[in-house]
Amino acid sequence: MSLKWTKKDLLSLQDLSKEEIELILETAQSFKEVSTRAIKKVPALRGKTVVNLFFEPSTRTRNSFEVAEKRLSADMMNVAIQQSSVKKGESLIDTAKNVEALKVDIVVVRHSASGSPNLLARNLKASVINAGDGSHEHPTQGLLDLYTILEKKGKIKGLNVVIVGDVAHSRVARSNIWGLTKLGANVTIVGPQTLIPSQVEELGVSISNNLEEAIEKADVIEMLRLQKERQEDNLFPTIREYGMLFGLTQEKLNKAKPDVLVMHPGPINRGIEMTSEVADGKNSVILEQVTNGIAVRMAVLYLVSGAQVLENDEQKSAVK
Amino acid sequence: MSEQLSEILDEAGVGRALIRMTHEVLEHNKGTENLVVVGIKTRGEFLAKRLAATIEKLEGVKVPLGSLDITLHRDDLSKRADVPNVQTTEIPFAIDDKTVVLIDDVLFSGRSTRAALNELNDFGRPSEILLAVLVDRGHRELPIRADFVGKNIPTRKNESIRVHVKEVDEEDSVLLVKK
Repeated sequence: MSLKWTKKDLLSLQDLSKEEIELILETAQSFKEVSTRAIKKVPALRGKTVVNLFFEPSTRTRNSFEVAEKRLSADMMNVAIQQSSVKKGESLIDTAKNVEALKVDIVVVRHSASGSPNLLARNLKASVINAGDGSHEHPTQGLLDLYTILEKKGKIKGLNVVIVGDVAHSRVARSNIWGLTKLGANVTIVGPQTLIPSQVEELGVSISNNLEEAIEKADVIEMLRLQKERQEDNLFPTIREYGMLFGLTQEKLNKAKPDVLVMHPGPINRGIEMTSEVADGKNSVILEQVTNGIAVRMAVLYLVSGAQVLENDEQKSAVK
Repeated sequence: MSEQLSEILDEAGVGRALIRMTHEVLEHNKGTENLVVVGIKTRGEFLAKRLAATIEKLEGVKVPLGSLDITLHRDDLSKRADVPNVQTTEIPFAIDDKTVVLIDDVLFSGRSTRAALNELNDFGRPSEILLAVLVDRGHRELPIRADFVGKNIPTRKNESIRVHVKEVDEEDSVLLVKK
């Protein structure tokens, strides 16, 4: 592990090299141990201030970041902003300037507009971590999924991973596709044609419209959350039909490998994406994903905070 | 920059020093009761393994063996120009009311020891912590001293000590480096 982390921000998995992804996963492994101690806290980010800037409602991602920040001894602050009351472009820059004035070191941002973390990163000296932007990426979710697969399977290269559901609107799917393909997994995406983005094959994935066929050889099945409001856009006829065709039941799962992993980024619509039997069954690693999320986010916070020191030093020497 | 190396301890020398330190630890503790051994990564981890193996040979008892990665407790994290890679701390046993023998390769400023003591605190409250180092090279910046020393090597500031262990460096030796 001789590679050094140099990026100030974590904006997407598309930006990262295979080696950088591997460094985050290895670092996360060390941080996972911290959460098993009697005192679950290390002083790595002592004196640093982290702001969680959430323009979109989020419970589990924000909680996970919050726990990660506290276990690193950072001072943290949650800022929840209701999207409805602000004009996007203006308010984002405005908010960024206000955040800058608070002298924070790291900003964790979630926004409904794709690319908004990139805009912030360009305008802030602080590190920016993308906690989900529109239908673009959700890099820390992608990383925790990779970590969970690696922990359970011991490798990622060569595994058959099936991603099921609304890939077109899913930032989780996009981060997973980038991460998995960079680490050498064979990715198949499954869903109704209307929910599969056009030209997605160019990312190096295969497409299937038949769940039962696709999961036969799968080592990992990642189910995506169905956003019910998509039905109003007439992208699929009924939720019931969607559930029958693309929902994971124990009966369908019985045809897959006995050690297949079932994953879901949460929150689950029980009975739509999967039955409770599957969600709580022996193949499910859904709650382990949540636990691993803390370790992965600690690793990302730690790594970007170091890279920031690097930048500041360069600035200092430039001034001299 | 050219370096001048001189060997202070060879493989046999390192071996003898470790065996003597093991005897001293056992003498101090009057046996192996409540004794646990923790090495500071990277090289202290391997020295700790050997010390534990020698204890087993002498006393027939396997003492709990752990390792500490002190990266996250360093006092220069916010000043360094690069972010040090983190390794894993492994202490899979309770240290409450135990005698912990902390092992490092070189004792210098005392800052690594300070970090290790802080980190150990997060795992519990040992009844006693003892410090064993293969080399004490002086130049302390904190009020810390070793309980067991393999070799005292007074050095100048422009000199440094390089400890090699078989597990990562292919040989056991202690070298004095002049710059």
